[in-house]
Amino acid sequence: MSLDQFINEAISPWMKKNCKEEDDIVLSTRIRLARNLENFPFPIAASDHSASTLLHYVSKVLSEPYDESIGKLELIQMNDLSPNEKRVLVEKHLISPHLAEESNYGAVMLSQDESISIMINEEDHIRLQCLFCGFQLNEGFVLSNGLDDWIEGKVTYAFDEKRGYLTSCPTNVGTGLRASVMMHLPALVLTKQLNSIIPAINQIGLVVRGIYGEGSEALGNIFQISNQMTLGKSEQDIIEDLRGVVIQLIQQERSARQSLLSHSRIQLEDKIFRSYGLLANSRIMESKEAANRLSDVRLGIDLDLIHGISGNILNELMILTQPGFLQQYAKKALTPAERDIERAKLIRDRLHLEKENK
Amino acid sequence: MICEECQKNEATLHFTKIINGQKKEMHLCDECARDKGEHLPGSTGYSIHELLSGLLHGDHPFDQQSSHPSSSSRRKPLVCPECGLSYQQFIDKGRFGCVHCYESFSLKLDPIFRRVHGGNVRHHGKVPKRTGGKMQMKRQIQQLRNQMEMHVEKEEFEEAAKIRDQIRELEMKMENKEGGE
Repeated sequence: MSLDQFINEAISPWMKKNCKEEDDIVLSTRIRLARNLENFPFPIAASDHSASTLLHYVSKVLSEPYDESIGKLELIQMNDLSPNEKRVLVEKHLISPHLAEESNYGAVMLSQDESISIMINEEDHIRLQCLFCGFQLNEGFVLSNGLDDWIEGKVTYAFDEKRGYLTSCPTNVGTGLRASVMMHLPALVLTKQLNSIIPAINQIGLVVRGIYGEGSEALGNIFQISNQMTLGKSEQDIIEDLRGVVIQLIQQERSARQSLLSHSRIQLEDKIFRSYGLLANSRIMESKEAANRLSDVRLGIDLDLIHGISGNILNELMILTQPGFLQQYAKKALTPAERDIERAKLIRDRLHLEKENK
Repeated sequence: MICEECQKNEATLHFTKIINGQKKEMHLCDECARDKGEHLPGSTGYSIHELLSGLLHGDHPFDQQSSHPSSSSRRKPLVCPECGLSYQQFIDKGRFGCVHCYESFSLKLDPIFRRVHGGNVRHHGKVPKRTGGKMQMKRQIQQLRNQMEMHVEKEEFEEAAKIRDQIRELEMKMENKEGGE
């Protein structure tokens, strides 16, 4: 039942929960902790026996419910999934591409609302991830920290006084914390300001990436801002530094939106409504075009130019129109050309449904 | 469109890659994409590990010979006795094999961490609760010792004696804790 939900529903329940009106620029917040157990080699050097023992041990320990509101975590083993099912979980950000493709005895434990994902035998033994809607760094950190304490009470983490939590990759050692926020920054892109802001952000130890992390392009003007450094700063400082930058970016994006509205309103409206028209009527839609048009429509919704469509449509359709999801939806493998047709249809249907419901 | 890699099959994957700010359009067939690790979003061939490995390689230009197993028979290559990973393999993969690699390669790690973590080599964050009490006391004792030495250097012996008593008290507490656990 829930495996069905994890794989067939594009919108994770957490995406709808506690979303505030002002979450127009920050789409989601993610906190990730990397942890390893003493007495087991890291997954990269683990034998089949060691990897399967670890999986069995950790999944058993985590099978008790953490607390009532969260309930039991569901174990999904990578070996039990088809390539497309794994792909769908990656598209929903519930597992990493690494876990899907390269892990040995890899598995994930998911909470019912999909806000908690604990990967086992990823690059590290345990990768704990909490996903929140909108800008909720504190909430994410409190939940992940609590879960971390809970797990720590049951297993012995690899920890060194000087280096902190020991991880397989030197880039995660120390706190093992990666905090990231997903931001929709169309006006900063349109006014070409973002390129000059990124180097400044890099200088204070934060990185800006595309929607699917490392090496990916910023589809649909969606950017992921996260900390690079994990060693030498406390968790609170890492979170605060990120928060400071995100708040500034929100302000800059807002003022860029206002200046677009006051200086070139008609051009902006034209761009937005053209995109809307294309999404509502096209018969063939490539994923890159879909992402850019959806970004325009979302901007139109945020600026109160387009009415009667929920802002969530961007988040939802960005995921729903990915190759894995389209194929899951169509219940068969599709060639890229077929996907473009299916994608156009799905977007048309979705926009139509939205109008009907109003 | 034909795949730009094998020049044979139909290209089915079209995407733009940005490396160091340079945009590059890519057109690959499924097979070549899989070979290059390009078939899932985010799993582009240029990974953090390659980037890191590049950084690490550049880190010890003079150590390269001695740490390369085949190039030197005089010095033994550095190997983690626990998991068998050599320092060279660590550099190539950009990842440790086990917890003990941290000790085995400890002499070479500070420059690497400094480079990756903005000059930092020491953890200042969360400490597991289980070890928390003891570890925090240890840190406190170390700080007090440093202070004591400073006072001794300045010949402020009265101050130094006061701190010495504090240290003794803390050490007693720690011993009791160890006994009780």
